[in-house]
Amino acid sequence: MGKLLVKDKEIVVPGDVIAEGMDFLPSFGTYRTGEKIIANRTSLLSIDGKVIKTIPLAGRYLPKRNDVIIGRVFDILMSGWRMDINSAYSAVLMLQEASFKYIQKGADLTKFFAIDDYVVVKITNVTSQRLVDVTVKGPGLRRLEAGRIVKVSTHKVPRIIGKQGSMVSTIKDATGCRITVGQNGVVWVQGEPEQEVLAVNAIKKIDENSHHSGLTDEIKKFLDSNKVKTKGDKK
Amino acid sequence: MNKDFKNHIVKALSKNVRLDGRKNDEFRKITIEKNVTCNAEGSAKVTCGDSEVIVGVKMAMGTPYPDKPDEGVLMTGAELHQMSNPDFEGGPPSIVAIEIARVIDRGIRESGTIDTKKLCIKEGEEVWMVCLDISPINMDGNLMDLGALAGIIALKEAKFPEMKDGKPDYKTLSKNPLPISKTPIEVTVSKIGDSFLVDLTYEEEKFVDARLTVAVLKDDTICAMQKGGDSPLTEDEIFKMVELAIKKSKELRKLI
Repeated sequence: MGKLLVKDKEIVVPGDVIAEGMDFLPSFGTYRTGEKIIANRTSLLSIDGKVIKTIPLAGRYLPKRNDVIIGRVFDILMSGWRMDINSAYSAVLMLQEASFKYIQKGADLTKFFAIDDYVVVKITNVTSQRLVDVTVKGPGLRRLEAGRIVKVSTHKVPRIIGKQGSMVSTIKDATGCRITVGQNGVVWVQGEPEQEVLAVNAIKKIDENSHHSGLTDEIKKFLDSNKVKTKGDKK
Repeated sequence: MNKDFKNHIVKALSKNVRLDGRKNDEFRKITIEKNVTCNAEGSAKVTCGDSEVIVGVKMAMGTPYPDKPDEGVLMTGAELHQMSNPDFEGGPPSIVAIEIARVIDRGIRESGTIDTKKLCIKEGEEVWMVCLDISPINMDGNLMDLGALAGIIALKEAKFPEMKDGKPDYKTLSKNPLPISKTPIEVTVSKIGDSFLVDLTYEEEKFVDARLTVAVLKDDTICAMQKGGDSPLTEDEIFKMVELAIKKSKELRKLI
């Protein structure tokens, strides 16, 4: 019978022995040496039955297929756009993936996406060499208009979205802002100036306090207490 | 720069709401620490929101410039460390760093803050050289104002080193302060769209159309100015910006 040496949701550092014995399975961020399972990144431990995996506390975004992300165009190529996706790798949006319409040879590509435009894209493929292909063909994928960009840790994105999008819709309802969250930790917010500030502060609060339990209530309270103030100002 | 995003910010600013919820003419909270480094003769750390700047004063003996044989020397340098902002890179000082150092230097020099004649040890042969080093620990905008503020505090805190056999002994400091008579305060007023702002964050600095740095003395005398940014300013705008700078300099002066 194997023995667990670290409790669930504890913080582990590289080299920590998490478990001994063959009846545990190493998953993301852990590896097996002989009988032992050892952590290889600073992270929060998550034990799901037999499977031991880690939730990283920090680090850049690693592109994954089918992720919906927000990219920034930083270069226009012969037949596409190169995007900064808040990761160590950049993504390429190919011409045929940019529009449902036919794009003529020699057309002005800035009419579709200009440099410094933010675009919601979906990753179609990631090669073993980490060449990333993206598309804007799909529901909700588009060029983003005027708004604000906030960057958060990519590992906190699930907490910002919440269970079935509960957290992000709480913020949307309270502030009336339009919000798009990319898996790469880039968040787009658009709304009335004061409301935008409140939404951004809420998002930053989630980013800072993501490890707290009962975060949704905390954020609701935060939004409520600040909402009263803006109402009072209007009177 | 993305024009859509800029228009969005300009619209918010016209309603007097900044990106972080401040008013247009509002500073972030400033805290000041004095004598933070043990190796400098005088130092100060200024924290303003997420911006942190440390300024150190070092004093060395050297030969004066031939055109001013009886005056000491002030040298100001700024170094934008790579760890203070992801956009900073290594290598020789960038134009931004040189501008920051020169504007801060000008404020102190042209106001006559340091009585350089009193730094003379032997005319034509030996004088005190005062080095003012500005280094941001965390750069979230407004380095010019904060560097100048930390700089003047560090200069006021600085003490001459004790002399031993005609050489300075940097390990023991005397009680003699630098000959400082004035306190110039620098305030940068920036224009984005039609709004005038002070104390910009790094995010906001990317959208600046024009900026004007004004160094002000206690009696509201203007002793140095620097204009930056691509767009021009009308006479009327400059008056408004200077007025705002003077108003804000009074707030900053209370902190010293």
